[in-house]
Amino acid sequence: MKHEFVNRDTVVLRAVSRTYGRQLAVDAVDLNLRAGECIGLVGHNGAGKSTMIKMMLGLIRPTRGSVQVFGEDPSAGAAAKARRELGYLPENVALHPSLTGAETLAFYARLKGQPAAGNEALLERVGIAAAADRRVGTYSKGMRQRLGLAQALLGNPRALLLDEPTTGLDPALRQSFYEIIGELRRDGATILLSSHALAELEGQVDRVVVMNRGRKVADGGIPELRSLAAIPPRIRFRADGVEIDKFAGWTTMLDGRLERACAEDEVAAILRELPKSARQIEILRPTLDELYAQFQKGAE
Amino acid sequence: MRQVFIIMGKEWRDGMRNRWVLATTALLAALALTLAFLGSAPTGAVKTGALAVTIVSLSSLTIFLIPLIALLLSYDAIVGEIDRGTMALLLSYPVARWQVVFGKFFGHLAILGFATVIGYGFAGLALQLAGSDNSGAWSAFMFMIGTSALLGGVFVAIGYFISTLVRDRGTAGGIAIGVWLFFVLLYDMALLGGLVVDQGRNVTPQMLNVLLLLNPADVYRLLNLTTSNDVSGFAGVAGLGAGAGLGSWTLMGALAAWMVAPLVASVALFARRQV
Repeated sequence: MKHEFVNRDTVVLRAVSRTYGRQLAVDAVDLNLRAGECIGLVGHNGAGKSTMIKMMLGLIRPTRGSVQVFGEDPSAGAAAKARRELGYLPENVALHPSLTGAETLAFYARLKGQPAAGNEALLERVGIAAAADRRVGTYSKGMRQRLGLAQALLGNPRALLLDEPTTGLDPALRQSFYEIIGELRRDGATILLSSHALAELEGQVDRVVVMNRGRKVADGGIPELRSLAAIPPRIRFRADGVEIDKFAGWTTMLDGRLERACAEDEVAAILRELPKSARQIEILRPTLDELYAQFQKGAE
Repeated sequence: MRQVFIIMGKEWRDGMRNRWVLATTALLAALALTLAFLGSAPTGAVKTGALAVTIVSLSSLTIFLIPLIALLLSYDAIVGEIDRGTMALLLSYPVARWQVVFGKFFGHLAILGFATVIGYGFAGLALQLAGSDNSGAWSAFMFMIGTSALLGGVFVAIGYFISTLVRDRGTAGGIAIGVWLFFVLLYDMALLGGLVVDQGRNVTPQMLNVLLLLNPADVYRLLNLTTSNDVSGFAGVAGLGAGAGLGSWTLMGALAAWMVAPLVASVALFARRQV
């Protein structure tokens, strides 16, 4: 069983550290990315997200530790095979402005050894087929980002590493972007999305890895992160004509409502005990931004 | 090899798109034509072809112009792509770093070679059609076109070396101009000054030969001005006499070495570079 599980790991980082001069960019990070999984890599600017992605691509070698992509060291000369199965979208993707969209995609397809036949469909899929014969220099930021996504999708990669893919996309585009990501995940690809805002990833990812100053401070699904962060849910209600004294442990808020914090597994019991006259019942859970702030604080 | 060709093709297309190919070819053709018709006017009654004279003036011009064009074309090639971020994406593909350097190099060499062959060839053809008798000088003219492209290759390779050595594009541009000034102007001035001061006491002809081989522009000059009798009659002082000790194979070898060494060095540097 275990062996089978190991085989499904597409990207494995073992105690990986990376220093730039005296500055520690990534500090002893362990990470497994599995097939069919969509992972959010979250952290402030300079937390080491891009450095980690570049190490997975073999653009940068780790100072310590090992990186394996499909069982190979991506920075080794023989990694051409692994690179064929990878798709990468850099942060603020830069493309050659003098080539047209179609030429750009044809160039990258040839490098990957892919037939150019599928390019048109790919441009259609990311929604820039109409601009395929225009030079990339005339593209808007959103169009460049879509072309960048199209090149990352060349040859149906088994792993996609997307560095801040949705910055600069308008909400409609973001929606269609996540639809494409969803299809790829269903096909069994590993997808790593980096972002500096946790809230943006809600509902899009299976797992979140939170980075702070080069260290991994949290790794898990968003519900798990909630319980890890240990910010208790709070319950509020308005109870007119009820003896406030009966509710020991509840505090009265300025607007007259009662509020208390409780453990997650107490919520149902507390709700059941509320009086019939209770109105405006609210269960407050930490927002993802609060959750994120808590992790960043806890790491310091 | 396939990857090298793909990158080379892209570089060529880039050159066509941003008018490098067109501008360089037009510039070389215009200058060569000017030199061919204005420069050969004084030959008049002298018993020599206009083409031989053109070779002398054109190769003197080439020494200034081709290195400059080559360096302008190449100084940005690596550092510029790293700066703009296109290199990180390119290297995430199944491409080795040496393939990137060689592909870009051959692309730029093709642009320069095309410009030289078409630009200079056009001028030579025009002279022929204008009716002067150049039968003996044609092979020397072809040889000059070939070595001009080779000289371009040398400075493209030096430009790549600069481009992999430094961290930002501005520095690379500055160094490229410095390198151009050094090889094209300062080196010869210092060499001539040194020879005048020395009065032949310490500098032996062998030493002078070595000193000339250390500058690719001088190697080119010797190749074109001294190896053909028809031409050397006009080259005058530039012949310098020292060239007699150096066969054209030695000179060609030196020029080839000047191209290969910086290219190999830039591959080695680029392999260890952070992108």
